[in-house]
Amino acid sequence: MNKEDYKNIFVFVEQREGKIQNVGLELLGKARELADNLKEEVYAMFLGNNIKNQAQELISFGADKVILVEDESLGVYTTEPYTQAIAQIINDKKPSIVLIGSTTIGRDLGPRVSARVNTGLTADCTKLEINPEDKELWSTRPAFGGNLMATIVCSNHRPQMSTVRPGVMQRMAQDSSRKGEVIDYKVEFHRDKFKVKVLETVKKEANIDITEAKVLVSGGRGVGSKEGFKKLEALAEVLRGEVSSSRAMVDAGIIDHERQVGQTGKTVRPNLYLACGISGAIQHVAGMESSEFIVAINKDKYAPIMQLADLGIVGDLQKIVPMLTERIKQEIK
Amino acid sequence: MNIVVCIKQVPDTTEVKIDPKTGTLIREGVPSIMNPDDKGGLELALRLKDEFGAKVTVITMGLPQAEAILRESLAMGADRAILLTDRKLGGADTLATSYALSGALRELGYDLVITGRQAIDGDTAQVGPELAEHLDIPQVTYLEDCKFDGKKTFTIKKQLEDGYQMVQVDMPCLVSVLASSYKPRYMSVSGIVECFDKEIETWTVDNIKVEEEKLGKKGSPTNVKKSFAKAVKGQGEVIEVEPEEAVNIIVNKLKEKHII
Repeated sequence: MNKEDYKNIFVFVEQREGKIQNVGLELLGKARELADNLKEEVYAMFLGNNIKNQAQELISFGADKVILVEDESLGVYTTEPYTQAIAQIINDKKPSIVLIGSTTIGRDLGPRVSARVNTGLTADCTKLEINPEDKELWSTRPAFGGNLMATIVCSNHRPQMSTVRPGVMQRMAQDSSRKGEVIDYKVEFHRDKFKVKVLETVKKEANIDITEAKVLVSGGRGVGSKEGFKKLEALAEVLRGEVSSSRAMVDAGIIDHERQVGQTGKTVRPNLYLACGISGAIQHVAGMESSEFIVAINKDKYAPIMQLADLGIVGDLQKIVPMLTERIKQEIK
Repeated sequence: MNIVVCIKQVPDTTEVKIDPKTGTLIREGVPSIMNPDDKGGLELALRLKDEFGAKVTVITMGLPQAEAILRESLAMGADRAILLTDRKLGGADTLATSYALSGALRELGYDLVITGRQAIDGDTAQVGPELAEHLDIPQVTYLEDCKFDGKKTFTIKKQLEDGYQMVQVDMPCLVSVLASSYKPRYMSVSGIVECFDKEIETWTVDNIKVEEEKLGKKGSPTNVKKSFAKAVKGQGEVIEVEPEEAVNIIVNKLKEKHII
């Protein structure tokens, strides 16, 4: 392998039911910045079925070229067709960097592709930068459960592949005047390898995206029960926000996974994050530390969340939360 | 049916604390446990064994002390336990780890390979799919629930961010399992007694057919350039007052920040 043969930054832009996923646009924004630094181009890899009319949008969000692959096997994601397509594009076009959103799809696809093209993959990066000395990609990610940050390099293999969680990078402002090229790309599929059949995709009703909420009232072990969460919901309602939670509450079946904040949940950055009965395990903190203003209510004044919070209240949330709800109702009347 | 479950010994990262003065990890006294998602995977294997009959083999790649989680697996009901340990495997990233495991899997033979979704120390979720790729078998990740037809077909409920998917796959295949889906059984008393009579087989690189340059640090495309403690944000106020007063303080702050 000759490293010099590899250039340009490729972003896998995920679509579901034909809808472009935000994380793809966020990665295009980051790729634009890295590519400008390297004086290279940004390619969006856009796979699906009947999605052509959206390809132009990717140019307006930072892509120079869109590699469009359309096939009936790409309509709904399954591992093998997508892996074959991405691996062929990589082997053919030789990108220096490949970025993938760290969603349930990206985390299924990324390692399968990196193993197929025999290169390294760095998961869930929170920072991507080009080292000025050797122009290599430095990918920084939380390690050891988020207790440490590690900067990972992939020096002797190409492409350098990284995944990034939704909400970590920021998309660029849409610029419809940007010019670019959409390439209709043909993949030689080995269809006999398609072994997984999707029977149905079921969307949960009342689909909540906590990453969009300006206010999150978040509960942990200290909330205790579904009844405890009702108090949080009431407070979230008067603040026009949403409830979210730590992993413990999801594992206990008290709240849905889609509302989980943290390492194995979502990364959020609301204007107000009100942490109720959350101790602040590092895995949780990893998903909410960029919040604008953090208030913690906890019985334990030595809980780690107190070190992070802008305002830490030592006390019983079961008493304070309902009082706070009533009081805010009065205030906003 | 031959089921092989890949498990990993990890530090219980929920018990890890940071020294507030130095900003470094306090590793002392942190217990080592079987990775929770892997334990969920073992539970799935044991349930399939209970219902359909199967031989359940657990394998871990790691240091000799990882024997503890193999013992635990035997006590839960696994039939065979392999410890893959060799200095040549040290410093492996996920690609080199999955490559070494694929060599061991080929020796063992398998119909179903089970991994946890991800390990709590690395959280990469990469070894499962990479292992499936090395073995050239299909994968289904984020398994929440599954049904087996008793012959060769699995119907699997796969978790998505905004719902789930039902998929179908035939063996041989690899699945990665969520801890929250399969509450692991306790070790039985007889299991605990018997597990000390069962042998844990120690394998080295010599037991598997692999290319040595693809193992360990040498075979790892990724390297850690540096690691550092996260910058700790300056501490805000911590207040301990009566609830009424606490509510006043919060409300004033929220007004100050124009949140209400």
